This record gives sequence, structure tokens and C-alpha cells, in this order.
Amino acid sequence: MKANIKSKKAAGLSEKASDIILVVLCAVILLIVAYPLYYVLVASVSNPYDVYAGKTFLFPSQFTLEGYKAVFADEGILTGYLNSIKYTVIGTVFSVVMLYLTAYPLSIKELPGRKAISIFFIITMYFGGGLIPTYLIVKQTGLTGTMWSLFLPGGVGVGNMIILRNFFENSIPKEMIEAAEIDGASKWKTFLKVIIPLSRSIMAVMVVFSMVAYWNDWFTAMIYYPGDENAPLPLVLRGILIKSSASASQSGMISGGYAELNKMTEMIKFSSIIVAALPMLIIYPFVQKYFEKGFMSGAVKG
Amino acid sequence: MKKNKAAMTGGAVSAPVFRQKPLKKRILNSWQLYVMLLVPVILTLIYKYIPMYGIQIAFRDFKTGSMWKAEWVGLKWFKRFFTSPNCARMIKNTLLLNFYGLLWSFPIPVILALMINQLRFKRFKRVTQTVLYAPHFISIMVVCGMIRIFLSPSGGLINLIAGTQIDFLTEASAFRTIFISSGIWQDAGWGIIVYMATLSNIDTSQYEAAKIDGASMFQRIRNIDIPELVPIMVLQLIMCAGGIMNVGFEKVWLLQTDLNKATSDVISVYVYQQGIEGAKYSYSTAIGLFNTAVNLLLLIVVNRIAKKLSDVSFV
Repeated sequence: MKANIKSKKAAGLSEKASDIILVVLCAVILLIVAYPLYYVLVASVSNPYDVYAGKTFLFPSQFTLEGYKAVFADEGILTGYLNSIKYTVIGTVFSVVMLYLTAYPLSIKELPGRKAISIFFIITMYFGGGLIPTYLIVKQTGLTGTMWSLFLPGGVGVGNMIILRNFFENSIPKEMIEAAEIDGASKWKTFLKVIIPLSRSIMAVMVVFSMVAYWNDWFTAMIYYPGDENAPLPLVLRGILIKSSASASQSGMISGGYAELNKMTEMIKFSSIIVAALPMLIIYPFVQKYFEKGFMSGAVKG
Repeated sequence: MKKNKAAMTGGAVSAPVFRQKPLKKRILNSWQLYVMLLVPVILTLIYKYIPMYGIQIAFRDFKTGSMWKAEWVGLKWFKRFFTSPNCARMIKNTLLLNFYGLLWSFPIPVILALMINQLRFKRFKRVTQTVLYAPHFISIMVVCGMIRIFLSPSGGLINLIAGTQIDFLTEASAFRTIFISSGIWQDAGWGIIVYMATLSNIDTSQYEAAKIDGASMFQRIRNIDIPELVPIMVLQLIMCAGGIMNVGFEKVWLLQTDLNKATSDVISVYVYQQGIEGAKYSYSTAIGLFNTAVNLLLLIVVNRIAKKLSDVSFV
């Protein structure tokens, strides 16, 4: 490659120049995307008055961890955190099991009715009953007010199911399945002993997608599973971030009067954002390299 | 891609060898597979298909009791919606918010993907992708919290930088800009994946050949990358058109204030307020159905146009 560039001097120069311009442009975009998060991170360990005075554009001012202490001392937030962990774990297990149970049979070409069943699922991607009819059915089946209302109505994530199905079709050698079946393994056994171990990478992606969806979801909980004691973290944060109200436990906790309470409320805003966003931001880079692969097989939906 | 497409739409490209076994035997052989499908199918039937059937309450007067027995009222709820004072405003806001959103957020991931694909430093490329993906993994609730903090009139980041004290969320004229730009921040990076995956199909020898011919980076993008992306771009555009009436309810709802309603009043929020908060089930379902109908219509129209123009179609 280098020889080529040298052989055409003019092209070589502009090649280098365009490389540099490209890197600079990308670096600027990187900064634009990352800065809001960085700013919140810095603000979360600074004195909020300095934040609002514009003293924390780059570095913290009057470093403090008070905000984080307050977040973890807040009963509402703590309950929300635990709820979110619980919903994320159960929901992810449920969703990934559903995905596998659907994608594997539909990846087997000789399954009678395969096309019809695929269409049965795919239709739900583009057409649905809408908010109220779904709400009423969830209510009538007795799920409203139980934790299961967060998982069951979602059913099968069809987009992810297609990605997984295409993975089974394209990336698992047919010979492995046939060999297992010739050895007398039942379809279940093949599924457990061949398919699952061979699909660990894509399973990691599915697990992360499901985790993110459940960790970040609040609307489902708001309409189907009401009650402060059931609220997942984002719903708890709604009071703090959107309505800007100090929770009762906070007001009771702080003795320094209104000014101190106000300061605390602001600090909690910043630190709760970090606390809520961090877990998923730590997890996704581990499976990042599989994203494109997954989408390559799932890009053409329909 | 062609192969995938066949597998996708096909489903039925079964090997002829298996056709020779009698159907009954094949069904019996596959009983375990049907058992696996049982729970997913039942859940989908109950929570996806019965609600579709339940759309009929848009034409009934349903309050309590059985959804299937309420009195038929024809188009009453549709008439009520179209004569309600804010109807025109809601339709206009919904369409404009999406149209402007599409105008900005559709090309940006394409441009980003083309740029990142040309990056030659592997590690920098990876870091760029990691950072660009990050906002996608943050809850809309948290993003809206950040928006509120940044736009706060007293010491919000934007006001600090601009040296002003504007309460942007009470300005109807600022709402679309806030909604769309934050949306780009959150999802443009994630949007590149589809295009990156497509670009990774390109044979690198094509680039080498172009370089030997003296093609600049810009020319390589124009003549190699963009033609490769066109089919998937058309496909994405068709899908966007089918969702033109679907405004992300959550974000609008979280950013709406009494003072920015002139531009933030959209159908999906109204559906929620009437249906869940107001328990006007039939009325809300009717509005939702109108929304879906417009979406489907647009999907079909754009799909037709795309088929004629570029031979790429979706259904």
C-alpha cells in the first residue's frame, strides 16, 4: 500500500491530508458526543453552586462525594436500584429464553409451517393493537399490579429473534446438527448440547440488549405496576430529574434548612444520572465487536 | 445481503430432499420444536393478536365490562377527535416533529459511517465507535434529566456558554430543536451499525485498485461506498416513513411543559392522556388507530415509490 502512495506523489500527499482531516473531524465528533456525559460526571463531584456559576467546564471544583453519599442514603433511590436489578435479571433470563425457543425451531428449514409461523411473529413488528387495547388485555389477564406485567406482554423481541435465527442458519454448521442427530440425540438435546454452546457470542449480545431494555424501561412499570415500592430506578429518577422535587426521605434527612436542601437536591441530580447510566455504559463495550456481525444478518428485516 | 434476504422473506427455501418425506412424518418428527414454540406463540397470541382484535373498541362505546359486548357507535370517536379544538395542531406537530427529525437524523448516521469506515487507525476507529454508541445505552428518562439540567435558565450549560438566561423548555419555538438534536446525540451513533455492517462487505481490493488509479478518499467514498449503501438506505427510509406518525411518546411527555405545548402537543401524548389518565378507552383507541392507519398508508406509498425508482422494496 505504501509503495502505491509513493508512486503517485500527488495522490499520496492528498491521501495523508485527507487522513488527517478525517481524524480531526472524528475527534471533534467524539468530543461533542462525550462532553455532556463528562460534564455531568464532573458536576457530580463538584459543589453545585460552582457548577451553576460555570466553574466546572473541565475540572471539578471543591471536590466532594456528598452527592453519591446522598444518593445511596436515599431510600427511594435504593429501592429503585434494587427493583431495577431484580427486573433486569428476571426479564433478561425470560427474554433470552423466549428468543432461543423461538429462533431455533424457526431456523430449521424442514420444519413444517415454518414460513407461516415466522410471518405470525414478524407481523407484530409492524402492526399492533396500540396502547389501550394492549393495556386492557394485560389488565384482563390479571397481570396488572404484578411483576409479570413487565415481562410477559413484551413476548418475543422479534427484531432480536430474527438476528438470532439468521445466526443459527448461517453460522452453525449443519453437519454438527446432523452428526448429533445421527448419534441419536433428540432435538432438545441438540438444542442444549450443540446450539447453545455454539452461539455464546450472539447470546452475549442478546443478553446485553435485553439488560439495557429492562434497565432503562419505566413506562411499562408506570402503567402496569404502579406503586412507589415497585418503581424501577428511572421512574424514581423522574421525581428527582423531571419534577425536580426532593423526596420525603431527603427532606427529613437534611437539617441545614432550605438552602442546604436545595444544594443537596441539585447534587443528587448529577450523581443519580451517573449512578443510573454507569452500569450499562460499563457492560456494552464487552460485546461491542459482535454488534455489527449481528446486524449484518439482521439488517434486512421483513 | 441477497442471501440473507432470501432467508428472511423466504423462510420457505426448504431443501427439496426433505420434501420427499411425507408431511405427517415431518410434523411428528418435529414435535419437540413445536413444544419449544408453544409458549412464545401463546404469549404473542394473547398480548399481540388479541389487542389487535380489540381495536374494535374504537367503534364501540367501551367503559367497563366486556370489550366485545359494548355498544357499536360507528365513527363517533373519530368524529369527536377531528372536531376537537387541538386536533389540527396535534396532527401538524406530530408530522412536523417527525419530518424535521427524519430530515436531520436520517443522513447523519450515513455520513458518520462513511467517515468512520475510512479511518485507518484501528484503535482510534474502535474508540470512536465505542463513544458514539454510548448514549444509546442511557435511559430516555436520564437523557431528559440531562436535557433539563443543560437547559436550565439559571446555570444550565447552554446558558452558561451563550451567556444568556433563557428557559428553553418554556419556548415553543425551541422544542423541535431540543427534541431532534438530543435525539441525534442519543441515536445517530447507534444508527451507524447497519451501515458499517454493509460497508464491511466491500472487498478491500476495490479500495486498493481505486488508490492505484489515483482516486482520492472522497472519490472512493462516492464511487465505492455510497453505491453499496443505497439499497439499505432506501430500506431504512421506507421503514422511517412507516413510522412517521410514531413520535417517541416518552421523550415528548417528559419534555413537555404547559408553555411549549404549541409545538410539543402530539398525538401519542394525547392517546396516553385520554386513555390511561382519562380512562376514555374507546376514544383513545380510535385516535391510536387513526395514527396507525396513516403510518400504514405512508409505508405503502413510499414503498411503491421506492420500488419504481430504485428497485428496492420492502414488502
